[in-house]
Amino acid sequence: MDGVRILYFAWLRERAGRAEEIVNPPPDVHTVGALMQWLGTQHNSLAEAFATPRLVRAAVNQNFAGPTTTLANGDEVAFFPPVTGG
Amino acid sequence: MAEVRVQAADFSPGAELDGLLARAPGAGGIASFIGVVRSGVERPIRSMTLEHYPAMTLPAIERIAAEAETRFSLLGCTVIHRFGQLLPADRIVFVAAAASHRRAALQATEFLIDWLKTKAPFWKQEELPDGTTRWVDAVPQDVIDAARW
Repeated sequence: MDGVRILYFAWLRERAGRAEEIVNPPPDVHTVGALMQWLGTQHNSLAEAFATPRLVRAAVNQNFAGPTTTLANGDEVAFFPPVTGG
Repeated sequence: MAEVRVQAADFSPGAELDGLLARAPGAGGIASFIGVVRSGVERPIRSMTLEHYPAMTLPAIERIAAEAETRFSLLGCTVIHRFGQLLPADRIVFVAAAASHRRAALQATEFLIDWLKTKAPFWKQEELPDGTTRWVDAVPQDVIDAARW
């Protein structure tokens, strides 16, 4: 898959050491869950968070998404902790 | 019609209520809620910073507002959510709903704030009196509250 734009928010952004990046995951990464696993192998600092589903939420193209949500080239995928607004 | 704003600046609750009433002819009641930065006596904070996901925040809140208007047959509603650094007692969020009768307005207000807390992409970080910071954890009860509707 090519050109997936990753955004990180809150403590995930701090732990990643960046707010965003463009990644090209291997061809077998088709879902949000698989992308999380793969990103965990790319960033040691995120491996623990990505291995703990209750800590991380995701959105694909600005819509909340789950681990089984499928991905396409050029998608914007955001990772963040459970929201705490209001 | 829903009016939704995401902004750093403060707002005037009185002006917002007047504006909603003007947009909702025939309304029999307006209910509102204001969330403010809490700094407890036992756990004081120096400031609170709200981070958000700019490309997603406005559409997410607009969907919540549209859902409220449909569910409660509202004549209008207003949602304002601030971001950036805020101080204790500063206003964070404003929710108001106008309806023909009080029950719909009151329930819609509660619905709006419950859903905002679990479905709008904001994250709070507290700055403590010693200068250290901590991200606020999500409250499990908020998810239960949002699921009531």
